[in-house]
Amino acid sequence: MPEIPKEEYILRCTSACAGCSSSLVLRYVFKAAGPDSVLVVPACCTSVIQGIYPNTAMNIPVYNVAFASAAAVASGMSTAFRTMGRKTNVICYAGDGGTVDIGIQALSGALERGTDFLYICYDNEAYSNTGMQRSGGTPLGARTTTTPCGKKDNKKDLDRIVAAHNLPYMATACSAYPLDLYKKVKKALSIPGPKFIHILAPCPPGWRFPSAETIEMGKLAVKTGMWVLYEREYGTFSLNGASKAAMKKRLPVRDYLTRQGRFKGIDEETIGILQQTVDRNMDRYAREVEGIC
Amino acid sequence: MLTVATGNKAVATAVKHAKPAVVAAYPITPQTEIVEQIANFVETGEMEANYIPVESEHSSMAACIGASATGVRSFTATSSHGLVYMCEMLHWAAGARLPIVMANANRALGPGWNIWAEHSDSLSMRDTGWLQVYVGSVQEAYDATLMAFRIAEHEDVMLPVMINLDGFTLTHIMQPLETVDIGDFIPPCKIAHAIDTANPGGYGTLTPPTEHFKFRWDIERAMRDSVDVIRETEDEFARRFGRRYAPVEEYRCDDADVVVVAMGTLGKEAEVAADILRNEGIRAGSARLRWFRPFPAIDFGDKELVVIDRDYSFGYGGILARELQAAFGITPYSVIAGLGGQEVTYDDIAGFVRERKPGAEFWFGVSD
Repeated sequence: MPEIPKEEYILRCTSACAGCSSSLVLRYVFKAAGPDSVLVVPACCTSVIQGIYPNTAMNIPVYNVAFASAAAVASGMSTAFRTMGRKTNVICYAGDGGTVDIGIQALSGALERGTDFLYICYDNEAYSNTGMQRSGGTPLGARTTTTPCGKKDNKKDLDRIVAAHNLPYMATACSAYPLDLYKKVKKALSIPGPKFIHILAPCPPGWRFPSAETIEMGKLAVKTGMWVLYEREYGTFSLNGASKAAMKKRLPVRDYLTRQGRFKGIDEETIGILQQTVDRNMDRYAREVEGIC
Repeated sequence: MLTVATGNKAVATAVKHAKPAVVAAYPITPQTEIVEQIANFVETGEMEANYIPVESEHSSMAACIGASATGVRSFTATSSHGLVYMCEMLHWAAGARLPIVMANANRALGPGWNIWAEHSDSLSMRDTGWLQVYVGSVQEAYDATLMAFRIAEHEDVMLPVMINLDGFTLTHIMQPLETVDIGDFIPPCKIAHAIDTANPGGYGTLTPPTEHFKFRWDIERAMRDSVDVIRETEDEFARRFGRRYAPVEEYRCDDADVVVVAMGTLGKEAEVAADILRNEGIRAGSARLRWFRPFPAIDFGDKELVVIDRDYSFGYGGILARELQAAFGITPYSVIAGLGGQEVTYDDIAGFVRERKPGAEFWFGVSD
């Protein structure tokens, strides 16, 4: 068990929704990063959660930037800090829309250039800040305000896009497993160069489940295999925690889907496709663990 | 040191002398030579800066913003489509009060593809909160770039500055260039609101209307204060290096009955046109407008004006002509010329003056 610092860098009274997992994630990100850090935030829920000028609920400098620009701003910031001989952590904290859609070009460029920074995508699988519109991160079958009958396309496989940049460290995490998340942020920040962590962040109002079930929903995602916890360190792949168990035996995806209002009315065919996708992904990960691919 | 250089080389050399910590740039014709030169200076150790080869112009301005936010000097260069692609970040840079300096090689916007001189790119960015200066010679490109850093970083300004030079007709032509030992002409970069992890704050946080209003007024106040800073900087430059500039370069205007107003290289051509016209007995002068933002105060008295616009605001008119009309209540003869690199000679400009019709608009090569 890692020793989690007692210092709090998110102060009380943020503007987060009840049961917000993104705030929980950020709390542990800050604890792992410590005070010599800057958070670069494009438009996303965190733009609002941090509070309204002249107040801030964050005890770490937060640099808000335009939607598409987070990773590029971080490039300039990290380069400038290193020029001054400063080791300040530069951490992008962006939602799924700001990462897989509008921000992917800047992200790809910053990764390719070997920027010394950590990019965290907290993924609530929609444009939640603007009221739950579809993003490239929204899963097949999920209802959003712009896919009122359920999304007809698959969730974009961001991790394989990021992995193609051959960066020294990338990982996935989930708000329901904060210790795993804490360790991954710690490790990422100890490695020079570009790092990436993709974190599933269940959203009670957006996914339409009771706010008391945030942690349970994250655990269900991992136990069904809808979300997989893993690390790629210098190309070496390893499964983590509950995903190891899910590799051997996992709950059916139906158990996850039926708990959320966004999947209400989903048809059997779509459930079947989602289940097949999970099974296929798990097979691929199993082969990676064995070093076959 | 006296040498011969292109406009692009002059800008790159001035940037080397200004010693920015970070240069982030993306190549685009006809700016390319600026970033090639700087990348080369950095690779060969002639310049200590870090060169970030970003994947787009949106990201070049974003990276400059990130660098400047830490308190260091930063520079980029672009042109045309690159400039309008970074439009969002231009607003952000000014709103965040970051003294970024950028050179823009003025070029037309497509379609169709056109790589030649036009001012539509930078003039469409006139309301972003950037100071804009338009230069007319290789020497001026060098001098204005040096001054831009000092003006942008002045505590009364803290706004980004854009140096505009005509694509090809200035970026790629060779003229004599005298470079200087700048000494302490540009003081060390100090940004009071740079990120301080020991004193954490929120930057660009959600801002309610009352505060937003104040921030916008602060930009305008700085823009107005920049008038004095520009004058002081140009005076100091003249004192140290012997070359004097003003917001408007007047040539034979004192006793003129008619004055040609233009920006960039056409403003220099207009000086030759004035000489030609004087030989014919027409008392002509040239007023080359250098600073477009802040817009200069000019007293034209009762002189007739022929305004050449290398740009157009569709549905309204030539941007320079209309701004002068709005600011000073004058009725110029508005000439639209040089779009997309159209050749405009001093003889052509003399012709505009001879055939001027106050209040009318004339599209050179089209209207006739």
